[in-house]
Amino acid sequence: MQRKTLLKILILFLVLNVVHVNAQHEDEHTESSELSLKESQKLERKEYIQHHLLDSYDFNLFSYKKDNGEKAHVGFPLPIILWDNGLQLFSSSKFHHGETVAENNGNYYKIDHNKIYKTDASGTINYDDHHHAINDKPLDFSFTKGAFMILLTCILMFLLFTSLAKSYVKNGGISKGFGRLFEPVVLYIRDDIAIPNIGEKKYKRYMPYLLTIFFFIWFLNIFGLTPLGVNVTGNIAVTVALALLTFLITNFTGTKDYWKHIFDPLGDTLPWFGKIPLYIILIPIELLGIIIKPFSLLIRLYANMQAGHIVLMSLIGLMFFFKSWFGSTLSFGLSFAISLIEVLVALLQAYIFTMLSALYFGFAAEEHEHHDEASAH
Amino acid sequence: MVGAGLVVIGVGIGIGRIGGSAMDAIARQPEAYGKIQTAMLIAAALIEGIGFAALFAVS
Amino acid sequence: MEKLINEFSLGLFFWQTLLFIALLLLLRKFAWKPILNAVNEREEGIREALTSAENARKEMQNLNADNEKLLKEARAERDSMMKDAREIKESMLTEAKDEAKAEAGKIIASAQATIQSEKQAAIAEIKSQVAELSIGIAEKVVRKELANDKDQSQLIEQLLKEVTIS
Repeated sequence: MQRKTLLKILILFLVLNVVHVNAQHEDEHTESSELSLKESQKLERKEYIQHHLLDSYDFNLFSYKKDNGEKAHVGFPLPIILWDNGLQLFSSSKFHHGETVAENNGNYYKIDHNKIYKTDASGTINYDDHHHAINDKPLDFSFTKGAFMILLTCILMFLLFTSLAKSYVKNGGISKGFGRLFEPVVLYIRDDIAIPNIGEKKYKRYMPYLLTIFFFIWFLNIFGLTPLGVNVTGNIAVTVALALLTFLITNFTGTKDYWKHIFDPLGDTLPWFGKIPLYIILIPIELLGIIIKPFSLLIRLYANMQAGHIVLMSLIGLMFFFKSWFGSTLSFGLSFAISLIEVLVALLQAYIFTMLSALYFGFAAEEHEHHDEASAH
Repeated sequence: MVGAGLVVIGVGIGIGRIGGSAMDAIARQPEAYGKIQTAMLIAAALIEGIGFAALFAVS
Repeated sequence: MEKLINEFSLGLFFWQTLLFIALLLLLRKFAWKPILNAVNEREEGIREALTSAENARKEMQNLNADNEKLLKEARAERDSMMKDAREIKESMLTEAKDEAKAEAGKIIASAQATIQSEKQAAIAEIKSQVAELSIGIAEKVVRKELANDKDQSQLIEQLLKEVTIS
């Protein structure tokens, strides 16, 4: 029964996604007249997908073209926070979805390729040979769509898990309500991720981080699949921030054995003069490993989510490319299958991020000698 | 582009071998399914990470 | 690589770090600690309940075994008591019989001895009475007979004869 409901929700999301893409598609269709029709379609589709993958300064649910040819956007603006000789705070509605120049306290700003540049009143942007803007970039702390989704997820998680925590007190140790769904997941993270990787003695210190990061990534991944389609975990800044925390926790909780493993991996097996030539190579590799571990974490999450979204959007785009009942149905079926896989990937990536974080914490927290694992990384 | 292809081939072979070996191991010791799966995922994830890093480096 | 660096936005990084750390700290305090504690407590409770149930079961078994043992012991005791009683009865019977026999023997013996002595005494009395009587008779006879000398001597003669014969 539940599975059926889930399927229904998924189909609904997909249909909404299709409508979403269609609206955008129709919208941009009229703009490009110079290129041939097919090429222009291809380009706009690519641009649309790329646009979808990026963060944006306003929360745009969907856009369509009014009967009178005017473009209409449904959504709401978000605050723009800039540091440009003082704090500049204004609403993103001033940009009119990136189409106009925004003015605040006598400064002019324009969005180009999803970045805010400082311009003059007419909004000229100068480019170098590689088509990169060379205007001044103010320090940008804008509360973007991604940040909005993060805040939303944080609030949701906070409400969900505090209510779960309260239900334990109220019901004498037995959970109740919607949060109950996540109790087995919490137990799974404790029993199958934290304890085997970190060890019975020390896992408790890392549990809050592991649980938070798991649910955070999972929820954001799932949100990315909804018609809101905000690709937060597929944003490099977010994954860098997450991996940086894992990196910092790993190295700040590292025991003496952990550092000894890095700077003296061979221990007493060789006399000191034998170690020197080996250590010239070994120590840089181990040091590099410290950085590569979180780096692979951030790249993995970013690339998986990015790739998932690209595939999904491309398949939905194919529906409008074929425009025949056979091809469109086929690509609808395909995109449905891919969204099912994406649901799995959403969970899997959260699991792998948590699992590997736990594994690294396990290395860092290890007290005793572990020669057998010395060659594993 | 060729570099990216090479990266994907290498990663594919690597993860394929891990998956195959894990299947063999599970067939040999079905009771150790959980442990083998975890080890497999970790190894695959490590290779995948390097693969992604290389992909981004070449592209 | 260039694309990645180009895509990196400091603003989102800032917000993500800020919000995530806030979420982490808040959840640690208000959610994960109570949840994990509650779950641990529950598991501890279940474990305790299981062990106590196991203990109770063992105790029950022990009690049963004890009961059985007690019953067995009681039965054995009863058996041995019955056996003892029977033995005692038997021994008492034989003892009583022996005693009675001995007593009877004693009584008979003493009775015989008494009879013997009575008989002896009776014989002795009879003898003395016979002797007295004979002397009396003899006196009378002698008084009468010994009126003349001739008869006297004749009698003495005769008596002497008799004595020697007897």
